[in-house]
Amino acid sequence: MVDFWFNYIWPVAWIVIKIVAIVIPVMLSVAYLTLAERKIIGGMQLRKGPNIVGPFGLLQPIADGLKLFLKETIIPSGASRGVFILAPCVTFVLALVAWSVIPFGDGMVLADINVGILFLFAISSLGVYGILMAGWASNSMYAFLGALRSAAQMVSYELAMGFIIITVLMCVGSLNLTDIVMAQKGEYGMLNWFGVLMFPMAVIFFISTLAETNRHPFDMPEAEAELVAGYNVEYSAMAFALFFLGEYANMILMSGMTSVLFLGGWLPPVDIAPFNMIPGPIWFAAKIAFCLFIFIWVRATFPRYRYDQLMRLGWKVFLPLSLAAVVIVASVLVAFDLAPQV
Amino acid sequence: MSFIRRSVGSVFLKELVIGMSLTLRYLFRPKVTINYPYEKGPLSPRFRGEHALRRYPNGEERCIACKLCEAICPAQAITIEAEPREDGSRRTTRYDIDMVKCIYCGFCQEACPVDAIVEGPNFEFATESREELMYDKDKLLSNGDRWETELGQRIAADAPYR
Repeated sequence: MVDFWFNYIWPVAWIVIKIVAIVIPVMLSVAYLTLAERKIIGGMQLRKGPNIVGPFGLLQPIADGLKLFLKETIIPSGASRGVFILAPCVTFVLALVAWSVIPFGDGMVLADINVGILFLFAISSLGVYGILMAGWASNSMYAFLGALRSAAQMVSYELAMGFIIITVLMCVGSLNLTDIVMAQKGEYGMLNWFGVLMFPMAVIFFISTLAETNRHPFDMPEAEAELVAGYNVEYSAMAFALFFLGEYANMILMSGMTSVLFLGGWLPPVDIAPFNMIPGPIWFAAKIAFCLFIFIWVRATFPRYRYDQLMRLGWKVFLPLSLAAVVIVASVLVAFDLAPQV
Repeated sequence: MSFIRRSVGSVFLKELVIGMSLTLRYLFRPKVTINYPYEKGPLSPRFRGEHALRRYPNGEERCIACKLCEAICPAQAITIEAEPREDGSRRTTRYDIDMVKCIYCGFCQEACPVDAIVEGPNFEFATESREELMYDKDKLLSNGDRWETELGQRIAADAPYR
């Protein structure tokens, strides 16, 4: 019995505890990301943003969540019920699953698998299924058009993202996310981060993540001016909330990915006394928050791209640029014999 | 030359950086929000809000039932019935304003020779049913009693321009 306890039950319970310890902070940060977004965009438009519910509006996300929870879930009569219900679940689950490989600190990762970055990339690509299912199952032309746009857009920008990830991987020599972070450790602190060494690639990667998460200025899937609200027109209450949570969890995930690949994950920017005393997860959270701020900042600044401009940027600018980046980085690594020895 | 400058600018995302720095600067500017139910913006003395029927200081109602307001009302929102009172003066027996029809043009107070019907500063008179917005004479007179101080000040403040 004792054996059974220590060999089976306790490890499972431990994993569940770790999952809860990851999911709850993620959900909380999703909730407060919505508040931060409204506050920051409000600030940039000289408004105050929500400030009535609780001090500084801090209880606003809870009120919003409660409202969505208490509303009625309406399923359109023409909809394909099963798929209609499944779609938000898929989006939401995929946004959470990917967190299993993100390293929050040295060794603080749920699944330290060797193909971490590949897993992350695969999961983020799967996200398009949730949106496609929603658009198709809603049986509405707006939702359908939104889903089509979303699919085309996510596929287009994944190419550029993939090539940029390859440039990073060539410098690291491993697909493991912990190794990717450790490769950015060095005596020069933040000068060793790939975001500084390969700044143009980091910028292209970040812009691609904007498109990948369907955020402004690439939020064609929910262009409210022409498609009402895109793929989630027909959704209400909790089903809509799941889409919303999924989208924002994806934003946080992509910020985490950017931090790991380009901003040195949990590493402090300067490896000296006051900075390296702060634990890694806090640095990691700070970097994610920085990326999220840029997400919101971009949303407050730029108008939406037209669909053809979006495709042109993806295929005629980012794809050649990222391909060129792969060639250049590879050439430099070979020419100066910098390639990591595996 | 301008071609080169343009190309360099677009490669370094010059315009995007300019735009983003502008929004970042706005983030730290003082905000213009008015916390509406707690703070309110200034109102002009000519603001045309909820109607009121005024009285003279001795309590006599001003309206003499000339029906000019009813005649000028472009939305035909005003309905007046009148007959001589016991003391021989001409008074309204019915003075209704359909606040749903009213377009708040202010012609009624322009037309009124005795400043009886006026549009006051109150704009917070939303109701839960349409019926409550069919104002009768009692409602309008009670509005007048309630807002008389403000109404007097507004008319005095606007008098030099009339």
